[in-house]
Amino acid sequence: MKLSSIGIRRLVLGLLGVVLIAAMVYVVMRAGPLAPIRVTVVQAAEGRLTPALFGIGTVEARRSYLIGPTVAGRVRTVAVDVGDTVKASQLLAEMDPVDLDERTAALDASVARADSAMAAANAQRRDAQARKELAAVNARRYVELGQQNFISAGAVEVRLQEQASADAIVSASDANMTAARQDPQRLVAERAGVRQQRANVRLLAPADGVVTSRDAEPGSTVVAGQAVLRVIEPSSLWVKVRLDQARSAGLAAGLSAQVVLRSNPGRAIAGKVARVEAVSDSVTEERVALVSFDQAPASLSVGEIAEVTLSLPSTENAVLLPNAAIKRMQSQTGVWVIDAGALRFVPVRIGQSTLDGQVQVLDGLKPGTTVVVHSEKDIGANSHIKVVDSLAGRQP
Amino acid sequence: MISLAGRDILHSWGKFVLTGIGLGLLIGVTLTMADVYRGMVDDARTLQNNSGADLWVVQQDTQGPHAESSSLRDDAVRGVLGLPGVARAASVTYLTMQVQRAAAGGVASARGSEDDVRAMVVGFELGQPPEPDYLVAGRHITRSHNEAIADVRTGFALGERIRRHDYTVVGLTRRMVSSGGDPMVFIPLKDAQEAKFLKDNDAIVNERARTAANPSLNRPGVPGLLEAIQASQANNRNVNAILVQVQPGTDVESVAEPMRRWKHLEAFTREQMEEILVVKLIATSAKQIGMFLVILAIVSAAIVAFIIYTMTLGKIREIAVLKLIGTRNRTIAGMILQQALGLGLIGFVVGKISATVWAPVFPKYVLLETGDAVRGLVAVMVICALASTLAIRIALKVDPAEAIGG
Repeated sequence: MKLSSIGIRRLVLGLLGVVLIAAMVYVVMRAGPLAPIRVTVVQAAEGRLTPALFGIGTVEARRSYLIGPTVAGRVRTVAVDVGDTVKASQLLAEMDPVDLDERTAALDASVARADSAMAAANAQRRDAQARKELAAVNARRYVELGQQNFISAGAVEVRLQEQASADAIVSASDANMTAARQDPQRLVAERAGVRQQRANVRLLAPADGVVTSRDAEPGSTVVAGQAVLRVIEPSSLWVKVRLDQARSAGLAAGLSAQVVLRSNPGRAIAGKVARVEAVSDSVTEERVALVSFDQAPASLSVGEIAEVTLSLPSTENAVLLPNAAIKRMQSQTGVWVIDAGALRFVPVRIGQSTLDGQVQVLDGLKPGTTVVVHSEKDIGANSHIKVVDSLAGRQP
Repeated sequence: MISLAGRDILHSWGKFVLTGIGLGLLIGVTLTMADVYRGMVDDARTLQNNSGADLWVVQQDTQGPHAESSSLRDDAVRGVLGLPGVARAASVTYLTMQVQRAAAGGVASARGSEDDVRAMVVGFELGQPPEPDYLVAGRHITRSHNEAIADVRTGFALGERIRRHDYTVVGLTRRMVSSGGDPMVFIPLKDAQEAKFLKDNDAIVNERARTAANPSLNRPGVPGLLEAIQASQANNRNVNAILVQVQPGTDVESVAEPMRRWKHLEAFTREQMEEILVVKLIATSAKQIGMFLVILAIVSAAIVAFIIYTMTLGKIREIAVLKLIGTRNRTIAGMILQQALGLGLIGFVVGKISATVWAPVFPKYVLLETGDAVRGLVAVMVICALASTLAIRIALKVDPAEAIGG
């Protein structure tokens, strides 16, 4: 009885020892340097890529107008407010004309006066004409009398002189008449000039559009060229997209675009690259492209941020890999390949890539090769690995 | 010959096993403390290793973004790239941020929610260091805005959105931490510059109003001046450091020299940066943990010694009987020593297992080093042996008459 009790104790102790040693071995193998690095793998497959470019842009108006006076002055009235829709040549605002109206009235009076002056000149001319005719008749009669020696030669000469004077007076009144006729023309032209100046202080809409800002209120003084109102053409809105220079290969006019506005992240609006700017931004290292909407949404606001994805044409058939598989080792790009259970670093040449992380392998890899994608740690050629389905998180 | 130690253990095996386990848990705590210390040092090193940089270029007369504030213009990297021996160079920005999961619909939950994680946000140029070398899920960043790679410790899952600028998590990585052990979130450099230097909307609006109220900046006769000033206030093109990889076979110091001399920048090699990160940054907290470790080790050693001592004292009558029947002193000493060493071994194994089991539960990284384990084993055995000598002395001094007297 005693012996069997000791036997049981020995058995229990031995079992405890075995459990402890097994736990120790498990712990040493699972944690620490001897533990295998868990990795996920993918079979390299052939396929086509549809690469895309991604950029951030702002909604801008292709045509926007700054409406202001051409000379310094004070704003008298502003007829429209922000958000108003305006028609071409509608009155938007008016500058204070100061004395332009009075000058017009003065010129109106001057023109009337010039007409009167012309009538007076006409009457004077008629008077001179009458005198001239009388002098001519008198002179003819005296010359005849003088030839018959009824009167002295002196009396004849007086009449002749009177006739010459009357002729000269007619010429003078002719000239006077012409001058009086030109005066109203000058005054009418002058009055037209003042009226144009008067029209110039009325600020009109240059095109159909929407008022986006009202920068000066009645009574405020603005300098020449300063804006009183800003108007844009809503039909001309487009998106100015900035793309990272390093990731803009293939950018060209005509590419189809998907525009996602910040105000409506769930909806992509179709568009097209209307223009690629010839000058890119050297400070931000970005290229600029302008994307117009196929059909502009109704409620677009200028300055709104938009995410723009440009689709490039599909590539040729090639081996595809997820970009997480691509590693760099001492300035060499390559992938870790599992070859008969052993790890091998294979340098590859990378082509284009898509936004969802697929990379085209131009050469260095055959389809069907098993490639390491994710790993718990950096792996080397001698790493002890264990292939699992996923390491962490949900798969995309 | 019959094993006295074995017989004694069999006799009171429950007591022996329980003592061993208790001792083991104490050793486990001590080992864990050592692992915590190692983890802390490793956190400081890992930042340097993960960056993949041979040289850290920072603002002149500073010690880099992790030790103090360092800011450079983001075009300084072009000058650095032109220097001989430089293979790759890239600007990088670091900022510590309380990252929040965006609630459904993209709106961040209210301030102070339990959902936020302290993280170090790294802004990097895509495809350049310090892009993480390996991912555990997802993919690398492909869009130049609004995408992020997060460390698994942040708790983010793929496809989740991070607040403020709505970054989408597209990849997960592991062991990417700041020198303080905060997990990292990688985002494109331009987004990081915005997040770091751009103020919130209210501040921007206030700043605009303040500028507009300044008569010397808002002159009526100069249209456009105010707009120009406000535009220049809104952008900031600074970064914190430039990471440089030198061409293979180039002496790093010879690349760093011209940067210090001619570029008016400060450059740190790998070793210098590690010195800053490990020796300077975590110096006090590491010493704090180290001190605690030392005290814990001393206390553990004392407890081990006392346990073995009291265990022997409890058997004093049996030892007296042994002496009475003429057992040799060597045999008695051997019994006590064997028991002490056995206890130490069980304690160590239990301690190692428990330390490994609870290590992943710690919020910060705990590094289990094999070297530490071996050192721990040797230390436990030596302490047990020393403690048993104390017990052996008592046992040998026992008067055999006590067996009858007592």
